[in-house]
Amino acid sequence: MSTAATPMTTGKTLGYKTHAIGSFQFGRDEYFAHIHYPGGRHIMQVDAFLRALMRDVAWGFFYGTVNFDTVFGTVNHYGTVEMFIGLFNEGYRANNRHFVETFEAKDLKAVFEGMLEDWTNEGFDPFAAPDETGTVYGAKKGNNSKAIKRQRLIANRMVGLPGDLTFRTEPLNRQFQDVPTDKPEVHAEKGFENEVHAFNFFDYVCRSDVTWNPSVVSCVKDSQFCATTEEHVLPITHGNDRVEWFIQATDEIIWDVDDRATGRPRAKVTMKAGDVAAMPADIRHRGYSPKRSLLIVWENNDASLPQQYASGKLTPYPVAF
Amino acid sequence: MSMQKTTFGSLENFEKGSVQVIDDNPKHYAFSNVFEVASKSKPYEKVAVGKNLKYVIEAVRAEGTSPWFAAAHDEATLVMDGEIEIHFVKPDQPPVPEGKEGTVRLSAEPKGKSMGWVKVRRGHMALLPKGSAYQFRNTGKPGVLMVQTIQGENTVEKWSEICQIKP
Repeated sequence: MSTAATPMTTGKTLGYKTHAIGSFQFGRDEYFAHIHYPGGRHIMQVDAFLRALMRDVAWGFFYGTVNFDTVFGTVNHYGTVEMFIGLFNEGYRANNRHFVETFEAKDLKAVFEGMLEDWTNEGFDPFAAPDETGTVYGAKKGNNSKAIKRQRLIANRMVGLPGDLTFRTEPLNRQFQDVPTDKPEVHAEKGFENEVHAFNFFDYVCRSDVTWNPSVVSCVKDSQFCATTEEHVLPITHGNDRVEWFIQATDEIIWDVDDRATGRPRAKVTMKAGDVAAMPADIRHRGYSPKRSLLIVWENNDASLPQQYASGKLTPYPVAF
Repeated sequence: MSMQKTTFGSLENFEKGSVQVIDDNPKHYAFSNVFEVASKSKPYEKVAVGKNLKYVIEAVRAEGTSPWFAAAHDEATLVMDGEIEIHFVKPDQPPVPEGKEGTVRLSAEPKGKSMGWVKVRRGHMALLPKGSAYQFRNTGKPGVLMVQTIQGENTVEKWSEICQIKP
């Protein structure tokens, strides 16, 4: 029986709108987000849903799969996006209970942005660590447009170069008060001011007021250093469509690594300051950062890679030895 | 929540994590630690600790004065430990052919115009701009650099020596 045929009334008396695109309908009540689709319904805690939705919107659906939980998520095809129920869940797939619908990325983004705006209450910041934000539960109360309209920062060459991303002016995060803020000495001869360049990378990153939101800091062609501060738990489980690498710059993150297609556990990776690890192209991962930590996510932005990995032309593992 | 001390690593003091295998091969994660790699490297040996097709991240032990290097594309370096000067020269002749990838080691300081220099410490990032020649100088205790670049003739791959192999 399809429950999606019945118009949703969830949350209307609480002041929230329902949102729909294609065969999907979304509603929220005081505690939960409800997702209705042909063949069934799904439910998530609304704070977890909004934290995941925030990343999906801000990242433009990111590289590959954004799993909101073990059932619901999106797959980026860079122009179009699949929204799915159970596509990467062994039980749903084995019993043919999964559902997938494809949308133009701009159309889905518009619906997601509207939902985020409507369902985010005053005082709740879905980008912040739990200790830094208020509650989202209860009836609709105001909004927090400023918090949810932050965009992913992307340097073209390197942060701080003329015409490129500027330095952050936010204060050091409360968990990075002991990170040195000293500046490098830069002695550029006349005419070379745009090339002789250095800056305090740690200081720049530790002023980020968001968590789990990599921003591009330096580029070598398609090689991108994406720096981010992490605290508590990654609100999504990221399914790779290419190899990416992690460089743990400070503190510690523990990663759960599961098979991308089935969700079966494959490894736990504990990374401490100075550790470097690859995330293969056939896994999904979720990180846990007990203290706010500084992580460099190293990406290859070559647009041909998803197809090359999907076709088997490239092995999912970056190094053979 | 109370403020917690930030943990950095250094050549003298680092703690390495690990891959706890459930159903996989630890080699798939190419897990290493830049401080451990640098602790076993020769000065300015460029050891790949990350490889994403043609792109690499190299761990470099910064000790004493390096050869002069150059590349036909931008590179970037992040200081993970120590205090290092980087001196830049704009060579009169291109030091590396256009289109060649990776870091090239020059036989000597090229003739050209001084571009200037930077002094960088832990946490600082510097641009190694395309078409320039550069030299690292460290008169203090050995340091550690990471270099974001493209695999080249000076990139050293020794994955089986630096990565976790056993579950």
